[in-house]
Amino acid sequence: MPTFEKTREAPAAGVGTATIFLSAVVLIPLGTVLWKGTAQGPAAFWDAITAPDACAALRLTVAASVVVALVNLVMGTLIAWVLVRDPFPGRGLIDLLIDLPFALPTIVAGLVLLALYGTDSPVGITLAYTRAGVVVALLFVTLPFVVRTVQPVLLELDGEMEQAAASLGAGSWTIFRRIILPNLLPAMLAGTALAFTRSMAEFGSTVLISGNVPFKTQVAAVHVFGQIESDNTAAAAAVSTTLLMVSLLVLVTIDLVHRWGARRG
Amino acid sequence: MGLVVLGRTMKAGAALATVVAGAVACGGSGDSGGRVRLSLVAYSTPQAAYEAIIKAYQKTPDGEKVTFTRSFGASGEQSRAVASGLKADIVGFSLEPDMTRLVDAGLVDAAWNSGPQRGMITNSVVVLVTRKGNPESIKTWDDLLKPGVQVITPNPFTSGGAQWNILAGYGAKATRGADKAAGTAYLHALFKNVPVQDSSARKSLQTFAGGKGDVLLSYENEAIFAGQNDQPIDYTVPDSTILIENPVAVTRRSEHPAEARAFLKFLRGRKAQEIFVKNGYRPVVDGVPGAAAFPKPAGLFTIADLGGWPKVKKELFDPKGGVMADVEKGVGVSVEG
Repeated sequence: MPTFEKTREAPAAGVGTATIFLSAVVLIPLGTVLWKGTAQGPAAFWDAITAPDACAALRLTVAASVVVALVNLVMGTLIAWVLVRDPFPGRGLIDLLIDLPFALPTIVAGLVLLALYGTDSPVGITLAYTRAGVVVALLFVTLPFVVRTVQPVLLELDGEMEQAAASLGAGSWTIFRRIILPNLLPAMLAGTALAFTRSMAEFGSTVLISGNVPFKTQVAAVHVFGQIESDNTAAAAAVSTTLLMVSLLVLVTIDLVHRWGARRG
Repeated sequence: MGLVVLGRTMKAGAALATVVAGAVACGGSGDSGGRVRLSLVAYSTPQAAYEAIIKAYQKTPDGEKVTFTRSFGASGEQSRAVASGLKADIVGFSLEPDMTRLVDAGLVDAAWNSGPQRGMITNSVVVLVTRKGNPESIKTWDDLLKPGVQVITPNPFTSGGAQWNILAGYGAKATRGADKAAGTAYLHALFKNVPVQDSSARKSLQTFAGGKGDVLLSYENEAIFAGQNDQPIDYTVPDSTILIENPVAVTRRSEHPAEARAFLKFLRGRKAQEIFVKNGYRPVVDGVPGAAAFPKPAGLFTIADLGGWPKVKKELFDPKGGVMADVEKGVGVSVEG
């Protein structure tokens, strides 16, 4: 009887705790942004996000984030693959280094990239104050996402499936396409979605290297900062809400693609 | 059973957190033991000066019982933090609108600027910072418009302090605000030569130090600070430029108003003003040693000459319809077109 009660209560307590935590830490703050962004009515909201500079900043941010997400999808998977499947000297060290972009304050990342790719670039590549510089900064800070979501799945992947496929005459491309990829895809998409949403909101690493010229290299987060600094919090919240909605849309789309893929088998 | 495990885990977590926090703990200020603790919230540029002044103050009879918590950050952010409830006894900002925000919020007395210094604590001027030896021989506002000259100045919408730079050029060309069309035209032309608009003055300095640009619009105190740190720069005080005035005040919510006011008085005294001068600032009282060394440009003007902050904010820095919003749009068109 006590055992029965426990199994009945535990899920409820778990769900309750999770809900309270999520609400306090995530849902209520996000809701407040939404509320502030739309408090002055749809017309003011529309004005704020269609202001030419806001529009340009949003376009740049979404485009850069898409590029960053796609590059991450391919390169992140490749790096995870190399780390798991291709033993090479120094692999353990590289494996440790992957997480460092997360540990570095992003403003420091921006500073380092500026020193490396700025006007006095020691490597002879000048990317600072260009849109390419924005993409490079975003790639730096989002690198771990796909690697770290794909890596454990790849580690757990049952080698016997591949051996079975090979014994049935499948070539290595067929094995990758029919056996490995379907198993990895959920993790790849989850990592890509994380990289995309992170790019959408990134401030610290881009604020130095982009040069912040409105219409040219100013990303949405810096635009939002400018609106806050100009005491225009409603516009700041409106642009932030747009960022949230685009991210949500992408997350939902990726989820649908994944479900559709899973149904097809 | 589950709860016991949870409790243990939490205890272990708490212990771990304590250990980690202990490992990274810094040298904190010890317990004040019956002393008065004042909270100073200010913008970050004069941090070194404030540290030195606090040390000097604590050697005086008034100051020996006073300890300070200090918070330094971007002027606008500090002002918004105090408006949102950050505890502060004394607040110092880089420009008056950040103080006006607190007056509007009822946190600073409306009479904060009634004294002989009108609430100000330090002055400076906007200067043209160039590479060592001034290779492009840039000395005037017109020189900034030469083709190919790259001017570095922060974005005035993300950096309140950058508004001083804009106002200096605008006021010099608009004959102190009389000829608005000339001032506006100048800003349009100027921003065609601005390849980078950093989010703050310090970041602009960083950009310039990193080799980008021919001229940096900055404050005299920042240029002096950079020179003191052996940066290879020179600077010119243009014939016509704006007097930068930095406000300071005691808040109405202060729990120790008498002590806070005493410190404010010390800030305007000879000793503190001398420290400010050593850090590159112009003093707000007469007779401070070293003050004579600051050049007095013939065409020096103030924000009051331009009609005061509320007027200037509306005309130039309104994100919708202000002159600078237009200028940025113009930059965008030339970039995209």
